Amino acid sequence: MTSKAQSSFQSNSASNSASREPIHETEVLIIGGGATGCGVMRDLALRGIQCLLIDQKDLNAGASGGNHGLLHSGGRYVSGDAETAAECRVEGDILKRLAPQCIEDTGGLFVAVEGDDPAYAERFPGLCAAAGIPCETLTPAAARRLEPALSERVFAAYAVPDATIDPFRVTLENVNHARELNGSVYLPHTQVIGFERHGDAITEARCRNNRTGETVRIRARQFVNAAGAWAMRVARLAGCDDVHVFYSKGTLAITNTRISNRVINRLRPPGDGDILVPGGTVSLLGTTSDAVDDPDGVRPTVEEIDRNVTQGAVMVPALAHARFMRAFSGVRPLVQSGGGAGDGRSITRGLALIDHVSQGLSNLTTITGGKLTTYRLMAEKAGDLVAGRMGNSTPCRTAEVPLESAPACQWTEPGRAPRYWYDRNNPGDMILCECEMVPQSAVDEIVQCAPGAEADMTLQAIGLRSRVGKGPCQGAFCSIRIASYLYDRGFYQDHAGLSHMREFVDERFRGLRPVLWGEQMAQMELSEALHCGLMGLDLLHDEATTAAEDKS
Amino acid sequence: MIQEPRHHKAQLAVIGSGMAGLAASVFALGRGIATAQVGNTGAVAYTTGYLDLLGCHPVATGTLLEDPWAGLDALRGDEPRHPLARVVDEDIRAAFSEFIGVLGRLGVRYSEPGEQNLRVLSPAGTVKPTFSVPMTMLAGAQAYAGRQRCLLLDFRGLKGFSVRQVAANLIADWPALSTDRLPFPGLEAGGEIYPEVMARALEVPETRERLAERIRTVLGDAEVLGLPAILGVHAPDHVHAELQRLIGVPLFEIPTMPPAVPGTRLREMFEQRFPAEGLALVPQQKVQRLELGDGGGRLSLRDSYGDVTIEAETLILATGRFLSGGLQAQVDSIRETLLGLPVAQPDGRGAWYREQYMDPRGHPVNRAGVEADEQFRPLDTNGQPLSPRLFAAGILLANQDWIRQRCGAGVAVATAYRAVQEVARVLGLE
Repeated sequence: MTSKAQSSFQSNSASNSASREPIHETEVLIIGGGATGCGVMRDLALRGIQCLLIDQKDLNAGASGGNHGLLHSGGRYVSGDAETAAECRVEGDILKRLAPQCIEDTGGLFVAVEGDDPAYAERFPGLCAAAGIPCETLTPAAARRLEPALSERVFAAYAVPDATIDPFRVTLENVNHARELNGSVYLPHTQVIGFERHGDAITEARCRNNRTGETVRIRARQFVNAAGAWAMRVARLAGCDDVHVFYSKGTLAITNTRISNRVINRLRPPGDGDILVPGGTVSLLGTTSDAVDDPDGVRPTVEEIDRNVTQGAVMVPALAHARFMRAFSGVRPLVQSGGGAGDGRSITRGLALIDHVSQGLSNLTTITGGKLTTYRLMAEKAGDLVAGRMGNSTPCRTAEVPLESAPACQWTEPGRAPRYWYDRNNPGDMILCECEMVPQSAVDEIVQCAPGAEADMTLQAIGLRSRVGKGPCQGAFCSIRIASYLYDRGFYQDHAGLSHMREFVDERFRGLRPVLWGEQMAQMELSEALHCGLMGLDLLHDEATTAAEDKS
Repeated sequence: MIQEPRHHKAQLAVIGSGMAGLAASVFALGRGIATAQVGNTGAVAYTTGYLDLLGCHPVATGTLLEDPWAGLDALRGDEPRHPLARVVDEDIRAAFSEFIGVLGRLGVRYSEPGEQNLRVLSPAGTVKPTFSVPMTMLAGAQAYAGRQRCLLLDFRGLKGFSVRQVAANLIADWPALSTDRLPFPGLEAGGEIYPEVMARALEVPETRERLAERIRTVLGDAEVLGLPAILGVHAPDHVHAELQRLIGVPLFEIPTMPPAVPGTRLREMFEQRFPAEGLALVPQQKVQRLELGDGGGRLSLRDSYGDVTIEAETLILATGRFLSGGLQAQVDSIRETLLGLPVAQPDGRGAWYREQYMDPRGHPVNRAGVEADEQFRPLDTNGQPLSPRLFAAGILLANQDWIRQRCGAGVAVATAYRAVQEVARVLGLE
């Protein structure tokens, strides 16, 4: 494994005497650590091009982390967006073949429930056939045998090759592979605040480290704007007004058990609470779709959760009584072509590749829109343009080179940690997160080797790279155990560990707040007794709390 | 197993065995009231052992109180409906004095509460004000107050407790802190070890001697020694005194994360010693039904030997909040589980919690609860006492935030005291 110290990107803090700002040099600067940006990083690395990837927060902080983890067969889009449907089918097949460690090939059902439009349901098989999507007609009884949680009011059912994908593992593996291929580098918490432009070229991005406040300058030959919902802002910093992103907030909720084995889609025009996706040992119900003015600071609300649960329970009645552990929101970056409006459901999920030539720029590429399922294709299109602009004629290889599986990237997979722990059979390797059975050695590996591991690694960063805090206790206990472990290891020497613990439980609470009823309410009372009553985190002195990154 | 229905008659039934229920039984038994007690020990399992009266007021400014009595005066002005605002200082002092006296007599001695709060350590390395602490923890408050040369010890295999963490967060304020880690005698195999197992092991003299021997090798010039809370379950004061004698310097415990030994001590003392004091105890069983009548109430429950009914002339409801099951959060409202008492609560789930977890004002839902009158009788929907024979005590009561105000034991002990006073009055015992 390539260590950070061996990476080949240039960093020189003394080269510019006029300012003390550190300067990084790279061939390509990629802005945005979601699935697309990470995909572009690996795509270019496979062509021998050295990249620096930055994100204003950390990997998958936007829509790439705020979704169902559904690898679409394309069935969802056959009636409104045939092009996206066909792209999903092709890309789904590629990813199942080349990145199987990130995917559970669950299969999916589309079901119509009494009250839904029968004509809509009848058209479905034909539309799937037109898009090349395999679709098997099931009797309602057969569908309920496959998925006993389905409502008895289902009157039409079809099986399609939907699957689930772990978006965190995908981005981690992409970044890790790029690092191993040619020492490409990922820097979290680094936000572009301006560009230097000479003639038709950007020469340098001025960035701020959002944890330290330090200014960093990054020189590159090519710049890729893969900032997702923030792509319009980044383009404007470069003086470009040709990117128009429509912000569509989606909210989902996670149950504490796995309710279905397959993806279950409601067979009707897309609406709230109409997709239930298994995710390891849990299920994810979503999503709402609401226009928002600002992609920052979105948080799931009580009202959105109630909408999802009410609608979801029509399709899967058990949802009405399920225990929800957590909710989360993402902002879909939908690219407006015309005067699209409303809630965004009607806007295409197609990808947008913008070369900015019309804005007088020759070395900025924007890639946004699209779907998690089509991230590889988006990276290919951006990679082709960037490589071509650099005179690199190596073709894209991501449709044939398997995505390597790295040990430090495996911890996001549900059930991986307990299997590893039993296999190792080392009682000294104590379990720190008891819900998800994450042991000390996993935390060690993440802190030392996971992509984006930093000197100032936070509990949140560890949580993003593992199952830590994902179980029913939502970090109530493991936050305390992991912080004390990291203090023991000398990783923390001052108040930083408590500040990080507080940031971590704050972030967990954001997702808990709208699902607090029933047993989860009792859990919450215990959490607050621990974090405030026992540990006193609510009364930490100001000097012990770092500036919150997300001043939303 | 033969199952025969059992039937108890009592002057008082205490429902709930958390801190408030425990205190209610202490006060009732002390007044010669024939008492039956049922229900889960609930949140006692999660206690640090520290008894808070009032540590923070106002919470919005995070003002920590040196003087809880001055804080209570302010509270009575600012929050007149707070349960503690309805108990006079004289009763609070009498309540704590009696409660702590009984706990000490039954095996867990506490420090004599004074005019000032003590400042005590958390396992995070933060410091909080509290009213009274187990004697096994008192030297910690004194060591911190005097910034004495102090060695903190933890143990290999005990997770979630790091003295390096405690010291890292305190060292700027307390430079004379040092830390070390030892293997625990007899538990050196290399896996995880648990505080309760260590505590029971330390009840054996040989284990104490072996531990003391190890401690002496690392003690150096320390004037005082801090350990996680592991000094015995059943005779902590004896274990503490003996280990202290063997080491030669004052010794104190720091609470650990739950489930922790201080809670186990109180629970086991309660279950093992209170029946001998005359309490009819049906532990760890949930009451299935409570019917109120003119002459009191009738409780129905089941344990592993069969059905139990209790007829009581008076009742104290001390069933706690969500964690203990006294309150239940439904999707759209909060209900009281046993009698369906009206629950004062924010309007709708969206208003239960503020957006930021650590909002210094605390969350509105934490002030939800059962409303009671000045005699601690729960109110019905008309704002009238539901029954002259039914009382409520502890954190089930509305208009307090025991976590943020650091007043859990204060609310439990003071309101239990008042409720038992009222019970005695109803029973004609005054």
